[in-house]
Amino acid sequence: MALLELNGIAKHFGAIEALKGVDLTLESGEVVGLMGDNGAGKSTLVKIIAGNFPPTEGEIRMSGDVKHFHKPVDARAQGIEVVYQDLALCNNLSAAANVFLGREVKRPLGPFRILDYPAMYARAAELFKELKSETRPRDLVKQMSGGQRQAVAIARTRLSDAKIVLMDEPTAAISVRQVAEVLDLIRRLKDRGIAVVLISHRMPDVFAVSDRVIVMRRGTKVADKAISQTSPEEVTGLITGAIRTA
Amino acid sequence: MSTPSTASHAAIEEVTHLRERSFFQRMLTRQPFWVTVAVLVIIGAMTLYQPIAFASADNFFNITRNFAFIGIMALGMTAVILTGGIDLSVGSIMGLVGVVCGLLLQAGQHWAVAIAAGLLAGAATGAVNGVLIAYVGLPSFVITLGMLSIARSLAIVLSANKIIYQLGPSGDTFEAIGGGDILGIANPVWLLIIMALVFGYVFNFTAWGRYLFAIGGNENAARLTGVPVKRIKLQAYIVSGLTAAIASVMIVGWQGSAINALGTGYELRVIASTVIGGASLIGGEGGAFGAVMGAALIELIRNSLLMAGVDSNWQGTFVGLFICLAVLLQRIRQRPAD
Repeated sequence: MALLELNGIAKHFGAIEALKGVDLTLESGEVVGLMGDNGAGKSTLVKIIAGNFPPTEGEIRMSGDVKHFHKPVDARAQGIEVVYQDLALCNNLSAAANVFLGREVKRPLGPFRILDYPAMYARAAELFKELKSETRPRDLVKQMSGGQRQAVAIARTRLSDAKIVLMDEPTAAISVRQVAEVLDLIRRLKDRGIAVVLISHRMPDVFAVSDRVIVMRRGTKVADKAISQTSPEEVTGLITGAIRTA
Repeated sequence: MSTPSTASHAAIEEVTHLRERSFFQRMLTRQPFWVTVAVLVIIGAMTLYQPIAFASADNFFNITRNFAFIGIMALGMTAVILTGGIDLSVGSIMGLVGVVCGLLLQAGQHWAVAIAAGLLAGAATGAVNGVLIAYVGLPSFVITLGMLSIARSLAIVLSANKIIYQLGPSGDTFEAIGGGDILGIANPVWLLIIMALVFGYVFNFTAWGRYLFAIGGNENAARLTGVPVKRIKLQAYIVSGLTAAIASVMIVGWQGSAINALGTGYELRVIASTVIGGASLIGGEGGAFGAVMGAALIELIRNSLLMAGVDSNWQGTFVGLFICLAVLLQRIRQRPAD
């Protein structure tokens, strides 16, 4: 039984059909590249999985059970985490504070419950170590490189033991060395049996880490192939519409 | 392949260096530290220059009491400014609360009723600000500017534009609360110290405080990570209204009368205190200690100029200069981080 199963997902915004009958399955430990031109429906699809809005038609199943997400919190409760394109980090806070934002660890102090800094620093350090990132918990995010910021955003998803991580353009606008770092982070997630959906425009990145590639065009899924059975040329053709389906 | 390895080596050196500059060096980059230094330098210089008039117990009693009111308001203002907002209505809230307390005391109500009603009025005014800003999504500058006008006007209407100086049977107790002293330190100063500790604790050790910083740092990120942004912002404005009300209760008790012009222009002194103390008007930066030290510095400058025999009309120039200096210092401190 698939970890995540989408059946006939459609989304209408007024007269605009952003998605038309999309089926998709995702298994544990699988990295799936989600590609498509701007406006192809990638973001809409991801937002439906992340619970930002419900689909107009179709159903979402996790391990066979039908799920309804009304808010991002609902999806998060089911183990679906999103790493946003802008990473959604607070520059003025430390790495640990960002990892634990909204899920702070507290300890009792007399009648009060105070933030447990040592516990959060220790746990964040563990997560960074697990991700093999040199990010340090006490450093402010504004002092960090793009790769370290990605590590912070990804460490956040590890906090809740997510089953599925959706990553929106994680390798856009960072240096070559940092891209390699981020791809390594994705492999770490995969090693831990986490399913990753990688939304990207960057063909080499998708081919470097993905097991499968899904191509969207004009709100429909036009291809869903194992990486070993396709090529960047074919995917490019599918994205632009030069190749109809595959 | 030596280039990348040297680069990463250098980066690590840089990072470890950052860590090794530890406590003392980190202090040097904190604005409250420098404000404290400025306060101590002024005190030292004035003590040498005017040992009798300035360094007297009476003068310290006055200085500390005078900035206590502003300091108390600055603590609430810090909560708002941390979220990236601003509250221009605190001076008017002070006036409105003063009139509410005065009228109730004049009508023979118990002092506790007057204080409760005053605090409620302050919190309610803050709540109106907060709902319009957090839930309706209107800009804080404009909404609190409107409230500055509304609250002041309500104070004038309620007081029928008269000074309320007959504070009724429980007026004595009310006056003792705001005007009294314990162990030679004015009550408002004790209250300021207690509130500064409470706010310092809240800002640094509670999730609520952490969320204020997060909202000011990146409101969208805070929302996406599940921080109840609207509720926290609403609460920040309520806190600001409440601290203005507390300051008002204390100041009316001290003065023994309520005038509807109470607190006029205080919003700027309060905001100046927080900014001098290291708060950033963009949000996400500031603290309780800084706000209090900022208020102390402003009052100290005013007092010192007075003691030095400088025409009091120059006070504004000096306070303004310190505000500009504070922002300049902030810019210099932040440069290495960018």
